[in-house]
Amino acid sequence: MSSLRIVLGVGRTPSGHRGTGRRRAAAALAAVVCASVLAGCGDSGSNESKGGPEKSNDRGPITLASGKDTTGTVQGQLDRWNKQHPDEKVTLVELPESADQQRQQFIQNAQTKSDAYTVLNLDPIWVAEFAANQWIDELPAKEFPLDKMIPAVVKTGNYYGKQYGIPFNTNAGLLFYRTDLLDKIGAKPPTTWAEMKQDCEKVRKLPEGKGIGCYAGQFDKYEGLTVNFSEAVASAGGNVVDAKGKATVDTEAAKKGLQFLVDGFKDGTIPKQAATYQEEDGRRAFQAGKLLFHRQWPYQWTLAGAKDGSSKVAGKFGVATLPGLAGPGRSSLGGLDLAISKFAKNKATALDFIKFFSNEENARTNLKVTSAAPPYAALYDDPALRKQFPYLATLKDSLATATPRPVVVKYGDATAAIQESTSAALSGSKPVDAALADMQRNLSAAIAEK
Amino acid sequence: MSTLLLTRSARRGATGGRRGATWARRLGIAAVVAYCLAPFYWMLVSSLRRPADQFSNAPLPAPVSFDNYMSAFDPHNGFGRALVNSLIVAGITTAVTLVVGIFAGYALARLHFRGKTLILTLIIAASMFPPIILVVPLLRLFTDIAWINTYQAMIIPSMSFALPLAVWNLTAFFRQMPTELEKAAQVDGCTPAQAFRKVMLPLAAPGVFTTAILVFILSWNEFLIAVSVVNEPQKMTANVILSLFTGAYKYDQPFGTQMAAGVVVTLPLVVAVLFFQRRIVDGLTAGGLK
Amino acid sequence: MSVITPTPGRTARPSRPARTSRRAGTGGLAAALLSPTLLVLGLVIGYPVVAALRLSFQVSSEGIDPSTGFVSTTTHYGFGNYAAVFADERLLRAWWNTTSFTLASVTLEVLIGVLMALVMHRAFRGRAFVRAAILVPWAIPTAISGILWKWIFNSQGVANALLDTQVLWSSDGFHAWLSVVVADTWKTAPFVALLVLAGLQIIPGELYEAARVDGASAWRSFWRITLPLVRPALVVAVLFRLLDVLRMFDLPYILVGPRKPSVETLSMAAFHEMNNLRFGSASAYAVVLFVYVAVVALAFVKLFGADLLGRGTRSEP
Repeated sequence: MSSLRIVLGVGRTPSGHRGTGRRRAAAALAAVVCASVLAGCGDSGSNESKGGPEKSNDRGPITLASGKDTTGTVQGQLDRWNKQHPDEKVTLVELPESADQQRQQFIQNAQTKSDAYTVLNLDPIWVAEFAANQWIDELPAKEFPLDKMIPAVVKTGNYYGKQYGIPFNTNAGLLFYRTDLLDKIGAKPPTTWAEMKQDCEKVRKLPEGKGIGCYAGQFDKYEGLTVNFSEAVASAGGNVVDAKGKATVDTEAAKKGLQFLVDGFKDGTIPKQAATYQEEDGRRAFQAGKLLFHRQWPYQWTLAGAKDGSSKVAGKFGVATLPGLAGPGRSSLGGLDLAISKFAKNKATALDFIKFFSNEENARTNLKVTSAAPPYAALYDDPALRKQFPYLATLKDSLATATPRPVVVKYGDATAAIQESTSAALSGSKPVDAALADMQRNLSAAIAEK
Repeated sequence: MSTLLLTRSARRGATGGRRGATWARRLGIAAVVAYCLAPFYWMLVSSLRRPADQFSNAPLPAPVSFDNYMSAFDPHNGFGRALVNSLIVAGITTAVTLVVGIFAGYALARLHFRGKTLILTLIIAASMFPPIILVVPLLRLFTDIAWINTYQAMIIPSMSFALPLAVWNLTAFFRQMPTELEKAAQVDGCTPAQAFRKVMLPLAAPGVFTTAILVFILSWNEFLIAVSVVNEPQKMTANVILSLFTGAYKYDQPFGTQMAAGVVVTLPLVVAVLFFQRRIVDGLTAGGLK
Repeated sequence: MSVITPTPGRTARPSRPARTSRRAGTGGLAAALLSPTLLVLGLVIGYPVVAALRLSFQVSSEGIDPSTGFVSTTTHYGFGNYAAVFADERLLRAWWNTTSFTLASVTLEVLIGVLMALVMHRAFRGRAFVRAAILVPWAIPTAISGILWKWIFNSQGVANALLDTQVLWSSDGFHAWLSVVVADTWKTAPFVALLVLAGLQIIPGELYEAARVDGASAWRSFWRITLPLVRPALVVAVLFRLLDVLRMFDLPYILVGPRKPSVETLSMAAFHEMNNLRFGSASAYAVVLFVYVAVVALAFVKLFGADLLGRGTRSEP
C-alpha cells in the first residue's frame, strides 16, 4: 500500500559523536558497507566471522519482525514458545503489508544499527543484499534439518556458500487451466507453449469459448514481471544469471523466452489488459471465466474453487506445471526466509527460536491454516494434506525444478533493469533484440562493482 | 479603486443572498459538490460492498454489508486505539504549532527588526527539501535520545512540516489587519499583549481557524515519520495501522477494509471542522467586534 | 458568515505596519517570538539537510570481496554524484515530469479552488454542507486516496466504465500522467479554497456595498476588490502548493508505480537511488530538487508576493 516510505541514508552527521580523525580513518578503511552512512565504523562486537558463524551465548527477550499475522497462527506459535521460555519471550513486531515497505523498515533499522528487530522474516530476493552488507548473520547450517527441505528452497537462504536464511515457507507458480473447456476439445493440459496456443485456437472456436483470453500472468511493471520474465527464460532453457553470477540474457534461450511473451501480446494470445495485471487482477479475470490459462501462485486454488458464487469457474479448473518451449517449463521461487539481524541482542535465543519456528510441525500448521507452501519435502506427500490441498503434487513438481530469482547484491537495480526492458518489449516500443541487449548491459552493470 | 475604498456606506445585510440564487449559481454549487463528493461516494460505496463483490462497478452496494467496517475495527487491528493516538498527536501538534506560529507570524508581520526577509526565507526553505531524505537522520537522532515509541517523536516532526505554512499564512493575515485597532486598544489602556489577544486575534480568527484546520489535517495524515519512529502497536497512529491492514490472503489488497478505514478517518475530521467553524469563527468574530 | 461591522478607529483598508514608538526592545521581542519556530525547524529539518548536503559530495565505489561476498566500500569527497546525476537522461525526464505536473496541477487547483471559495463564501441554505463537502477530498489521507484513484483508473474500473473506454490508465504514457493530475487536483483544490476563503472572510462587506453604490458590476467588483484583497492569501496558497507539487512523490508512486518514465518525478528518482542504497546520488538528486524548488519559490514570491516579505515599504495606490 501506500506511501512508499523510505530509507534514506544520510551520512554521519557533522555533529556525530566520534572524532573527525576516527571518522576519516574509518572512511579510508571502508571495510563495512555504507561505512560512511552508518554512525561509525568499528561497531560493537567485531562480529566479522572468518570460517563459520560466531557463536553467541546471549539469551533474553527478542522480537520477530514480520508481515502481519492475519490468521493469528504466528501468535499461537509464539505463545507456545513464550510459555516454555518465560525469560526469552518473543514479541511480534508487525510491519506494513507491502514487501517494499517491509524492506525499507529493515534497512532503516540496519542503517541506524537499531536492535529493534532480532529475527527478520525476509523475502529471499533480499538475502544476498543483506548478507553482502553484513546486516544479517551467518547461521550454523548443520544445526537445521536442511536435508529434509527441498534443495532449491534451501538455496534461497544461501550466499557465497554460507547459510544466512532458513526457509520459513516457499512458493512456486502453477498453470491454472479450465478443465471444462479442455475436455470439450479433448486436450490434456499443455506442456509446451505451442500446445497451449493450439488448444486456445480450438477452444475459441467453441461457442462457449468465443472471445476468451488465452493466457495471462503478471505483466504489470513490478516484481511480478521479473518473476514472469525469468520463468519464460528458464522455460526456454536459459537463465537470467548463470551459476557464476554473470548476466546471460543475450542468449538464444532468453530471446525465445521473451519472444513468447511479446508474440503473445501481438497475436492476442495474451489479452491487452494483462499488461496491467498483478496477481489479483489476473485472478479476477480467471474467476470471471475470461481466461483459459493463467500463470498463478497456488493461493488461487481455494478462491477460484469457492462455491459461494464469487467464482464462475468453481469445479471447472485444474492445475499443471508451467509449460515451456520444448517441454515443461520452470517456475521462479517465492517464499520467506528467517534471518538474524547483526545488530540484535540475545542471538542465542534467536537461533533457538528460528529452529523452533521453522520446524516441520509449525510448517504443517502454517500450510493447514494459511495454505503457505512448506519447505519440507515430506509434507507434500502426506495423504491428509494432499486431500486438503489437491494441488500439492503438482506444486511439488513445480518446486523440484524451480529456480531462484537472480542472486544479485544490487537486486533492486537488477529487477529494475529486467522490468524496464521487458515492459518496453511487451508494449512494442522496443524490438526484442534491442531490449535484451539493454537488459544485458544494465544487468551486468548492476552485478559488477559500482 | 481608491474611490471605492474611501467610500463608506451603510451597513450591509447578509452578503448578496437577498437577490436569490440564480439557477446558474445553483448549478455551479451542485457541480462543485459533485466534483468533490463523487470519488468519495465511490469510496463509501466500495466500503459497503461485501468483500466478495469488492470490485463490482455497480453504483449501489447490493447487498449492503458492514463486513469491511467490522474487519477494520477487528480488535486485533487496534484501529480504535490508533484513532485515539492520531487524535493526541494531531491535536497537540495543532495546538502547539498554532501558538508557536502565532508568535512568529505576529513578530514577522508587526515588529521591525533586521533580517526579516532572511528569516521568512529560511522558514519557507524548510518546506523545500524532499521529506524522504529526512527520515534516517531523524531516526538516528531519536534513537540516541530514546524517543523511539514516544508521542513527541511524531509531534515534533509533524510540527516542523506544518510550521512553514502556519507562519507564512498567519504573517499574511496579521499584515492585513489594520494597525489603528491595536493602537486604539492601547490608548484605551490595554497592554500590547492584551491588545493582541483581545483585538488582533479575534480579527484574525478566519486565518487562525483555517491554519488550524490545515495543520490538523497535515499532521493527521502524516505517515512517513510515524511509521519509522514507532514500533509498538500501542503507540501507532491510524495511518500506520492502516498500512498494516492485510487482505484475507497474501496477494489480496484489503481494498474494502482500507476504504472503510478511509471513511472512518475522514468523516470525524469533517464533522469536527463543521462544529468548530460555527463555534469558533462565528463566535469570535461576533463577540469580538459587534 | 458573520458580519463584520465597522468599529471605531478602524479604516476599511489594510494599512501598512505601524511604526511603533516602542522601537527599543523589538529586536529582543522578535527573537523571543521567533525562536521556538526556528528551533523546531533547525532540529527536524536543518540538521538532516546539512547531513544530506554533506553526503551528496561523498562518492562511494563498491566492490564485492571474492571470497566472502561482502561488499566493501571506498569513499572520497568530490562532485562525482552530481556528475553522474547530470549525465543521466533520467534527470531531464524527471525534471520535465515534475515541472509539467506542477504547471498543470497548480493552474487547475487555483481555478477550481478560487471558484470553490467564492461558492462557500456566499450565504445560501445548505452552505455548511457545501463547506463540509469541499473539505472531504483534502481530509482523505494521500495513501487512501491513491488507492481509491488506482481502483477508479483500473483497466476494469469505473473510469473506463463511465467513459466507455478501454484505456490502460496506470500502464504508462500520457494517460498515466493525466490520471495523476486529475487525482492531485481533486485532492488539493480544497486546500487552495480554504486559504482563499479565509482571505475573503476578512474583506469588509461595506467595500462591496460601496462598489454597488458606485454601480460596479459583480465582475468588476471581483477584479477590483476581491482579487487584490485576497491576493496575500492566494499567494500563500499557491506558494505552498508549488512547494508540495514540486516534491510530489506518493501519488504517482501509488497510482502508477515506480520507474514509469512518464510520471517519475525528481523525488521519486531520489527515492529510487536511496532504495538501492546509493545514498550519495540520492542526496544529490535531493539537493538538485531543493535548488530547483528554491529558485521557483523565490521567483514566485518576488513576482507576486513581494509585500509578504515584510519590508514594510509597500505603497498604497
